[in-house]
Amino acid sequence: MPIGFINIMTFLFEKYALSFLRGAGYSLLLALVGTFFGTLIGLLCGIIMTIPISKDDKTWYKIIIHTIKFIINAYVEIFRGTPMMVQSMFIYFGASALFSINMDIMFAAFFIVSINTGAYMTETVRGGIISIDDGQFEGAKAIGMNHYQTMRYIILPQSLRNIMPQIGNNLIINIKDTCVLSVIGVVELFYASKGVAGAYYKYFETFTITMIIYFIMTFISSKILRFIESKMDGPLDYDLASTDTLAYTSEMYSIPNKRKLNDDYFHYKDI
Amino acid sequence: MSILSIKHLSKTFGTHIVLTDIDFDVEKKDIISIIGSSGSGKSTILRCINLLEKPTTGDILYNNKSIFDTNNSISSYRSKVGMVFQNFNLFNNMSVLKNCMIGQEKVLKIKEDEAKDTSIFFLKKVGMLPYINAKPRQLSGGQKQRVAIARALCMKPDALLFDEPTSALDPQMVNEVLLVMRDLANEGMTMLIVTHEMAFAKDVSNKILFIHEGHIVEQGSPEEVLKNPKEEKTKDFLKRFIER
Repeated sequence: MPIGFINIMTFLFEKYALSFLRGAGYSLLLALVGTFFGTLIGLLCGIIMTIPISKDDKTWYKIIIHTIKFIINAYVEIFRGTPMMVQSMFIYFGASALFSINMDIMFAAFFIVSINTGAYMTETVRGGIISIDDGQFEGAKAIGMNHYQTMRYIILPQSLRNIMPQIGNNLIINIKDTCVLSVIGVVELFYASKGVAGAYYKYFETFTITMIIYFIMTFISSKILRFIESKMDGPLDYDLASTDTLAYTSEMYSIPNKRKLNDDYFHYKDI
Repeated sequence: MSILSIKHLSKTFGTHIVLTDIDFDVEKKDIISIIGSSGSGKSTILRCINLLEKPTTGDILYNNKSIFDTNNSISSYRSKVGMVFQNFNLFNNMSVLKNCMIGQEKVLKIKEDEAKDTSIFFLKKVGMLPYINAKPRQLSGGQKQRVAIARALCMKPDALLFDEPTSALDPQMVNEVLLVMRDLANEGMTMLIVTHEMAFAKDVSNKILFIHEGHIVEQGSPEEVLKNPKEEKTKDFLKRFIER
């Protein structure tokens, strides 16, 4: 065993690189899959939660929508209101005790992270939808779009853009918080680190490595998410499609391009 | 034959009565300006006609058929009676061109190429062709409103409703929008315009409705209503306008 903090860290990492990386891989996989399905659950539930009900709707329709909304509300409150660690014990051991279902550990892990994220995402999506200006709904209605078309083409694309930072938040939270799944035996990064630390009783050095790995994963994720957001926004400037010289004299406003602001700022091209 | 007949329309929000017994006809090629002070219910009339608000009582006939008849689709009716809003309401997630195409493609089920040609035709008409690639956030107010007008025109409407189309614009931009509207008027588009631009209303419209506290106080030709108003309320309103 080498002497000195850095040397011990290097030694441990070299010896247990595979454990660390496999653990990190599982953490990342759980977070990605959980966030993906959680977002899908959130989208579905969030959209249902914002379905408008008017006095003129048929009674059976109102009863169905109210019942579904009640169930979603209960789901959101329960899964937001209890720790994921407890949920994982409850679901994993509950399934086997109550229904004699022996879940595969990884399946249980994906399931738990997804529904936990879904509960938060439901509220995020609902917030994203109600944050869109009424004018967007009215503009769509005024050209004859029905509710589905309005949501599909106008509201959801804008809501999705607005909730991207929150989806990113959830991904980052999931990368870190999947460590609680170690309680049901998922060998993610935290669980793997505990094993490594125990081998030589070098907790501080091991968990310094773990900290660094977690930070690298979350930092890169947040940078990638920022990049995706900027792609969703589209370019900051736009091409003028004209040979009409009058066009240049009319008012033209474009958000200043932070990257470059020079003579070829406005591009002209014929159509 | 009237395109639109508004029959004894009234609207209440809770206990607040906004419109009472609104009754008028819109003939083909009519240009009707609806004037009145803020909060008098002008915009609500248009919003009821477009069914953005459901009238409390009364009926609206479109080509002599009630639009509340369950056999008639609200979507197809709305696509034939276009609306231009004070705050433009362009779709922020789409380019200018896509804003004009989406309704044709999804509501009228027109093929992409044809929708694009129509959009380009109308965008050119309102002088916004150079900006087809821009997003709404990159345009000035007047430009946005011209795109909104093009978007409404792309649906090939029988009538257009304008809800204070120039109220959110500065004087120079007001002119660019009014020019477009004047063009449409000359081409015989049927229009209902809620406006505070009295000079424009006088020049362009063939009929003026003066609304006060949810009632039609006076209606008639611009000469009758604006030059020789019979009702005291109309006189008061116009006097205040001149004083301003």
